[in-house]
Parts: sequence; C-alpha cells; structure tokens
Amino acid sequence: MQKNYIFTKSHEWFDPQTNKVGITAFAIEHIGDVVEVELPEEDEEIDKGDEAGTIESVKTASEIFCPVSGTIVEINEELEDSPELLNESPFDKGWLFKIEPSDAGEFSELMNIDEYSKFCAEEED
Amino acid sequence: MSEIKSGMLRKEPLIFEKSQPGREGFSLPPAEVPRLDKLPDSYLRKEQPTLPALSEVEVIRHYTRLSHWNHCIELGTYPLGSCTMKYNPKINEKIAEIRGLTSLHPAQSQDDIQGALELMYILEKELCTLSGFSRVTLQPSAGANGEFTGLSIIQKAINEKGEAQNRKKVLIPDSAHGTNPASVVLNGFKPVEIKSGPDGYLELESIKPHLDSQLAAIMVTNPNTLGIYERNLREISKAVHKAGGYVYMDGANFNAIMGVVKPADIGVDTMHFNLHKTFSTPHGGGGPGAGPVGVVKALEPYLPVPVIEKNEQGNYFLDIYRPLSIGKVHPFFGNYAVLVRALVYILENGSRGLAEVTKRAVLNARYLRARLSKILDIPYKTNTLHEAVFSDRKLKKETGVTTMDVAKRLLDFGVHPPTVYFPLIVSGAFMVEPTETESLQDLDAFVDIVSQIISEAKSDPDKVKTAPHNTGVGRLDETYAARSKILRWKNKK
Repeated sequence: MQKNYIFTKSHEWFDPQTNKVGITAFAIEHIGDVVEVELPEEDEEIDKGDEAGTIESVKTASEIFCPVSGTIVEINEELEDSPELLNESPFDKGWLFKIEPSDAGEFSELMNIDEYSKFCAEEED
Repeated sequence: MSEIKSGMLRKEPLIFEKSQPGREGFSLPPAEVPRLDKLPDSYLRKEQPTLPALSEVEVIRHYTRLSHWNHCIELGTYPLGSCTMKYNPKINEKIAEIRGLTSLHPAQSQDDIQGALELMYILEKELCTLSGFSRVTLQPSAGANGEFTGLSIIQKAINEKGEAQNRKKVLIPDSAHGTNPASVVLNGFKPVEIKSGPDGYLELESIKPHLDSQLAAIMVTNPNTLGIYERNLREISKAVHKAGGYVYMDGANFNAIMGVVKPADIGVDTMHFNLHKTFSTPHGGGGPGAGPVGVVKALEPYLPVPVIEKNEQGNYFLDIYRPLSIGKVHPFFGNYAVLVRALVYILENGSRGLAEVTKRAVLNARYLRARLSKILDIPYKTNTLHEAVFSDRKLKKETGVTTMDVAKRLLDFGVHPPTVYFPLIVSGAFMVEPTETESLQDLDAFVDIVSQIISEAKSDPDKVKTAPHNTGVGRLDETYAARSKILRWKNKK
C-alpha cells in the first residue's frame, strides 16, 4: 500500500495519489502512545519543511513538517477523538491531512520506500 | 541490594470520598449576636459548596498517610539530572523563618526594612563576585522567568541601538534547556537550532553561517544538558559580539562551575542563576524558586526596577528612577525566602567552600559515570562535569526493557529515578546528577541497585517492565490518563 508513498528525513509520508500526509510507523515507534494531535487549518498554505502541527505523546511533543508545499484541503478529524489511530494505523487511518501540492517538482526531492527503509536502518545504528 | 518496604503504607481514598455529611473540624458555640443577612439574594449560594466534611484528626491522618507515599531528599538518593536536587541544610530554613523577616510587609517603608534590603544588597554582591557580572537583579521568580528577563534586557539593548527591526535571530544549541526556545519566542525573537558537534560540544563552525546583521543573541546552557562544559564558548562569544549579538548563558547548571569559572570572563553578557538548585532551596514540589539575572556593565541600564542602592549615609534604598529599565518582572522583591536561604548557603560555605561544593559535585558525577558506563550504554564519550547521560539503546534491543522501566524499578529500592527521555538528542536518555551531597556509600549503593536492575532485565524482564511493586500505587497507565482526562473530582449525586 505504501509502495508509492514518498518520505521525508523527518519521517513524514506523502501519497501522491491521494495527496494525504502522515507520519511513518518508524517515527510512531519512537514517539510512543499519541495522546493529542494538533493539525493545520483547512485552506492554510504551507511551504515544504515548515511546521504543519504537533503530535503529543506521553513521552514527548514532536513537530510535523510539511513534506511538500501546497494548500491544506482536508484534515483527518477523527484524530481529535481517536489519536490512537496514529499508533494503530500510521499509514492508513492515521493520516493527518490532505494537501493540494503547488509544485509537483518537489516530489523527486523526497525518498522512495527503498531509500527510506535504508535511511531508517542507518538512523537506528 | 534489598528492596524497601514501608510498613505503614496503606491505600487512601480521596478526601472527598471520606467525607461524611455534617461532620466538622471545629464545634463553635452558638453566636451571641443576631445574624445579619445583608447580601442581596442574587449573591447568595443556593446550595452548599461540595467541600469535604471531616473531623480534624481525619484530615491530619489523611495527609500524613499521603505523605508516606512521597519520596524526598530527606528520605533517599534523588539523582534527578538537570535539577540539582542537593540536600538543603536545615540552617537555611531556621534563618528563613526568623520572625523579623517573615513578618515584614513588602509595602513597608524603606526605613523599616533596612536589614531586609541589606540582605539583598549583600546577596547581589556575592552573586556578582561568583559570576563576574557588574549587577544582578534578584526579582525573577525562577529559571524561565530569568530567561525571559535576560532576553528582554538584550532586546531593549538592541532596540536602543535602533536595530530591533533586523536582529531577531537567537541561536540555541540542541543541547540547551527546553525552556530556552520558549523564552526566545515569548520575547518576539526567532529561535534557530544549532546542532552540537559529534563529541557533544558546540562548535564555532556551526555558528559561523549565522553571524550576520540579523543575529540578536546566542543562548547557551553551560555546562550543556549532556553535562559537557562548552569549551568553545569563549571564542564563540567573541565571534557573536563581533557580529553585534549578545551571549545569554542558562545558568541552571551553575553547580558544575561555581567558584571555578566566572561566566563574564568567558564573554557571557547575561545569565540567570537558579538559586533553588545551586544555592539550596527545597524545590521538588515545583517551587517557589528564584532566578536572579546577572548582566555586564553595558546592560546595567536595562535591569528591572527597583534596584537596591546604598547612599552616602550607609542607608539602603530602592531606586526606581531608571528610564531605560525593562520595568518589573515580579511583584515586589521576588521570592524573598529563597534569597535568604541562598545567602545563608553562600556565607556558610565561603568562597573556598563553594568551589569545593562544585569539585565534589563533579567528582561524584564522574565516579557514577565511570562505574555506570560499565553496565549502561553511554552515547557521548566526552568527559562530563556534574551529570552523566546514558542511553537504553542496547538494553532495549537485547531485553526489551526501556529507560522508563528501569526508572520505575528504582522506586522499589527507595531511590528517586533520574531524569528520563531528556535531553532529546539521546535516545532513551537516563540522566543522572548525584550532586555533592551524596556520600561514597550512597553512590555505591545506587550503582549496585542499577546493576541489579540490569541483571533482572536479562533474567526476568517482566519484573522490571511491571515495576514498581512496592509503592502505594503501581505502574500508572499514562496513555489512558492522557487520553481520557479526569481533571477534577465530581460529586456523583
């Protein structure tokens, strides 16, 4: 399913087919049990790499960095009542928001699944 | 090492649940004067407030029982990194309780409070001597309030130079205290994170790209949160000054350099002290603290008002006529009793004694570091001063046991856990600061307990993962508590 996803070094994923953004299972493993998610507003314009919200867990608060530039078109409202979706299903039900990308040229700057897996293995060491 | 058991530990319900309708702490005789109901109806309660109703002895027993659940520095080792939980000599308390001090009113005439003002005057001088700064304000009520004050002073100085529009950047190393970026934002500056070098030091090279006309300041915690002394700070300060910026030092870890290094000598322009940490005030319950801020000569005009001066007749007075001052940062004079304890601590140790405190704090931490690094993973090899940071990386891989589990298991041995999961640059951080007040025997006992827990992690990991077992309450479900918050007691009618 996440075969076509592309990834950032700060562990966000972006799905070019649905324009959904989320964070990876690797990141969630380190963040721990999520208790609160703060998301951007709809219609907000965000640049690639800028902060697009925060994820608070029992251990820490982590920033979400926008993987591509664009306009927020939808946020996952289910996360407000069920932040655990991020732990249970980070690549699917735990998506964070949908973004209308303003520059598809940015996609190539992100990692594909193989590159990302390799990146994570190096981070672990 | 053996686990501890407390013979008197018992389950205790909430005080609201123990309440019995109509029960009272005092029985007052009937009033001899007629009752006056003068308040308008709209201001009167229609229902009794839901306060617990108990007798005096029930209240006393309730809180005494709860106090048996506590851990405190008087009970055992408390190696909470970055917090400097040293033992607070009881003489501090005795003197802070002197009636002449406790019954003063802060609005009393200055002629009546000469002694109290003199005490602050002397404390300021002592802190100046220890830090090399020309003046110190005693007002800020804690570290973060001190950070805010120091940065406000920097901002005012930049403003006076007419550079406020441009100079917005404050550089903060990733090994700084977590409150630093917040204080920066609160002052309208923009924090820029600087990565520390591979050995845990802040490097001049990583600062260089930011040395421009937008630079307001650098904010350095020294020693940093890894316990490492920032050996490059002197040359970094020079470079920052040359670019027109200021150097703020977070002095929370002053216990590692007190009496040995004067921050002003290494180019620091302003710094806060945490009196409650370094100069001994009980602070486990979250305060009150005191975060005096020292400044170099050039920043003096911007200090908060009032400052304490001495006139030619030898009288102390509060100077409020300082047109460039940033104003007040705390009502009246700050947390006065903390100032009293700090001065007592400074005077009873003397300058040599304070340097000795520092050396012993460093020796204790290095001893723990040397012994614990044989059983725990230590991510930075650089030698440290007053604290040591370990990681659970290997332990977690081999046994599944995490820093949190080890910390919880420590409770079963009557030891307060160290700081965990901070600093963030170390995965599963376990940050130990023993302070100078622990004896060799206490340190050895701590190492033995940690060793035992690490062997348990290998032989019986579940025992560690489900700890604590001997405390009033066991492992709490923090996730459940955070997701389904119950923030106050509600009467179930």
